[in-house]
Amino acid sequence: MNVNVDLTTVWAFIIAFAVFAYVVMDGFDLGIGILFPAFKAGPDRDRAMNSIAPVWDGNETWLVLGGGGLFAAFPLAYAVILPATYPLIIAMLLGLVFRGVAFEYRWRDPGHRRWWDAAFTGGSIIAAMAQGMTLGALLQGVTVVDRAYAGSWFDWLTPYTLLTGLGTVAGYALLGSTWLVWKLDGAGQALARSLGKGAAWATILLMGSVSLYNLLLNPEYADRWLTAPELYFAAPVPIATGIVALLLLRALSTERHSKPFWLALGMFFFGMAGLGVTIWPNVVPPALTIWDAAAPERSQIFMLVGVAITMPLIIGYTAWTYWVFRGKVGHEGYH
Amino acid sequence: MLFDGLDPLVLARIQFGFTVSFHFIFPSFSIGLASFLAVLEGLWLRTGKPLYHDLFKYWLKIFAIAFAMGVVSGIVMSYQFGTNWAVFSDKAGPVVGPLMAYEVLTAFFLEAGFLGVMLFGMERIGRKLHFFATLMVALGTFISAFWILSVNSWMQTPTGFEMAANGQFMPGDSWLAIIFNPSFPYRLVHTVLAAYITTAFVVGGVGAWHLLKDRTNPHARKMFSMAMWMAALVVPAQIVMGDAHGLNTLEHQPQKIMAMEGHFESHPDGAPLILFGIPNSAEKRVDYAIEIPKASSLILKHSLDAPMAGLDTIPDDQEPPVGIVFWSFRIMVALGFAMLGIGLWSLLARFRGKLYDWQWLHRAALLLSPAGFVAVIAGWITTEVGRQPYVVYNMLRTADAASPLAAPAVATSLIAFIVIYFVVFGAGIAYIFKLMRKSPQMDEVGVKRGDQGPIRTSGITPGLTQNPTNDADGYTIANPDEPHDGDRS
Ligand code: HDD
Ligand code: HEM
Ligand code: HEM
Repeated sequence: MNVNVDLTTVWAFIIAFAVFAYVVMDGFDLGIGILFPAFKAGPDRDRAMNSIAPVWDGNETWLVLGGGGLFAAFPLAYAVILPATYPLIIAMLLGLVFRGVAFEYRWRDPGHRRWWDAAFTGGSIIAAMAQGMTLGALLQGVTVVDRAYAGSWFDWLTPYTLLTGLGTVAGYALLGSTWLVWKLDGAGQALARSLGKGAAWATILLMGSVSLYNLLLNPEYADRWLTAPELYFAAPVPIATGIVALLLLRALSTERHSKPFWLALGMFFFGMAGLGVTIWPNVVPPALTIWDAAAPERSQIFMLVGVAITMPLIIGYTAWTYWVFRGKVGHEGYH
Repeated sequence: MLFDGLDPLVLARIQFGFTVSFHFIFPSFSIGLASFLAVLEGLWLRTGKPLYHDLFKYWLKIFAIAFAMGVVSGIVMSYQFGTNWAVFSDKAGPVVGPLMAYEVLTAFFLEAGFLGVMLFGMERIGRKLHFFATLMVALGTFISAFWILSVNSWMQTPTGFEMAANGQFMPGDSWLAIIFNPSFPYRLVHTVLAAYITTAFVVGGVGAWHLLKDRTNPHARKMFSMAMWMAALVVPAQIVMGDAHGLNTLEHQPQKIMAMEGHFESHPDGAPLILFGIPNSAEKRVDYAIEIPKASSLILKHSLDAPMAGLDTIPDDQEPPVGIVFWSFRIMVALGFAMLGIGLWSLLARFRGKLYDWQWLHRAALLLSPAGFVAVIAGWITTEVGRQPYVVYNMLRTADAASPLAAPAVATSLIAFIVIYFVVFGAGIAYIFKLMRKSPQMDEVGVKRGDQGPIRTSGITPGLTQNPTNDADGYTIANPDEPHDGDRS
């Protein structure tokens, strides 16, 4: 695994960062949507929803950056991946439509509030599932001929992609529940804690199965993980993931507030790192490396300037908005 | 299969046109409304008059819904390039991709980040800081328009690029040549003014509706008066801008002007302005034309006898569809002049001291309240269809830009978009109407804190009010007939 640091590599890491930021931030939003039916209609649901109402739009913007960044930095990858996973992308977009409008609509129309709550949940599950399956479809390999997708219409639908889809749903539910452990108290928090345990187990099992499946999927992936010297770079990743998972399960059993959330983030971080090891240096396995798909240097430099200037500002004011809405939801001082 | 007979290209075009037109309905309202809200909040901070605060809270709720619809339909757009126009994405990505990335970095994060504070943060931060958040949201909508219109204008009038061996458009030495391509300044000003006009007519229409019910309603008076100032001042500017835009288009995209004007033939000594008629592309003439001799030359070349080339000078396979462009352009211009009429009428009423009394003016303003949306969509159709058959003008044909998709896949997603958009955005628009039907109220107090137990309402939630009712789920909700405007204070 030789990483020679050029602009293209820098861009690969920027996109990876955007995707990671998206996955954890919108992950807990979507997770709350997935778990929504477990909360009783009434104040419990309202508080769960209100814990993300001020921030969900900013969280989702990372998805636009991930997609837009891919378009800009790796146009060929964008042009191959989206047609290859067309039905998944459309399903994800429509899922996001439903759950995005539900934030406003449920308050505007008490008579149909149950419907919009269902739309919130349905949209969240569809979006999460579609995102996970898209990842799976990418990992299992995409056929490319002459700078275009050349596979068939249902390549994206396999047992493997179903597994990655379910893994993503479980992982988002884990993020959502740990977020609620942090933001709620009383009965709501207790419920979130027990949902969190279930989600944690499901995530661990599914992440484990996907990882093993990866080794079978493609001999190259197995090579990367199982032979020296790559092994030495790679091995710490699953070990760290395991340790974080154990800590997480413990934190969920004690009276912790924010700790489970941070540990769940840690699990995602190592999961992503593992993905990085698996896929590097391809952006569309097995056909396109990041260099095959990269935009020309002038485009990369121009955007790098923009990222360097704006990213600190974005992180700054995003942090500020989270700070404005800090604390438990639903008590004096909130709204 | 069911849809195999259809052309995937046509379906992809319908899908793009449908989703982008739906999307643009919301920005054209939210760009203007964000600025209007900033003005209201600024006036409130400066004068301390509660009236402005009431209006601010009233329109903020409407803004929240419109903005949410804008966001979700916009996210669809940012993926449509890859799903449906993969070849375009691959080829033009190095040029337009960075501009769109800049839009995300400089505009979308700004809007989205400060939106939460704007909607929910009034009680958590000071008024000044809240005003700052409102300003940032308004600024974000403008920056967003800047970049996306730069992208679109580059596709209309591409400059500053080189072609690479692999068929990609490559940025040349200067990004400024790409960003500030020849049609961009015109399109930016024209579209942003269009958004202000659209919003002004909505606000004016709501004001007019409540004036018709009660002409002493102070909130309605203020809204109507502010909107009519906008109409009187901005519509004339828009018409002047539109004329300049047309001259620019004549220079850079002559076939589009030929189609807009319905000039199938060249006119060596002065071209007529066709007011109405039925373009007949098969026979290459305009049937039943009502025309003003030489007026087109006068408008576009500032000389009665200036020669003007027609579509007969353009090979058939490079002509845009004339009928659509001809009509959509006329709809936009006719609405522009109708709105100008309202603006002038309101000035007359204002100087006679009758602005709140002339009911026919109010009725007319109500009738024209959706005119901005129609004009905006008609304008875009003129622009986009007039660019055909190219997606990057003179460089890349639309037919060569599409994704390698099969018709059934595109047809299925198209149907899904149509059904879901009508349901979801139909509901949102109905909720907006519901809010507009009620007048803003005087001196609304926010939810009283502390004396009713923990406050669980999020900012836009109907809060606990004096006479709560319970809905089926056991929620305590405000009586639907009661105004909820206090919640956000
Ligand atoms: C002249 C203005 C304009 C035009 C031509 C477009 N948009 Fe738009 N868009 C906006 C003005 C805008 C906005 C005012 O910034 C919105 C509307 C409401 C909102 O939330 O932001 C927005 C939202 C919005 C979002 C959601 C942003 C978020 O997460 O906050 C995306 C991803 C896009 N748009 C993408 C597009 C694409 C790909 C377009 C072209 C095909 C497009 N827009 C045309
Ligand atoms: C929001 C305002 C916009 C509206 C209402 C609009 C409308 C349309 C319509 C109606 C078409 C179909 C034309 C035809 O096929 O005959 C079209 C095509 C197209 N537009 Fe726009 N457009 C808008 C903005 C944009 C922007 C900002 C971009 C680029 C960033 C863009 C890119 C395209 C592309 C790539 C096509 C080609 C597909 C096609 O020809 O059908 N549009 N647009
Ligand atoms: C009445 C006088 C008007 C004239 C002469 C005029 C002229 C034009 C022209 C020539 C174009 C096409 C430019 C091109 O693509 O090359 C255009 C587009 C457009 N018009 Fe107008 N217009 C007028 C009024 C309006 C009004 C009142 C609105 C909306 C409130 C509006 C909204 C638009 C929009 C959104 C576009 C598409 C974006 C663009 O190309 O700028 N126009 N207009």
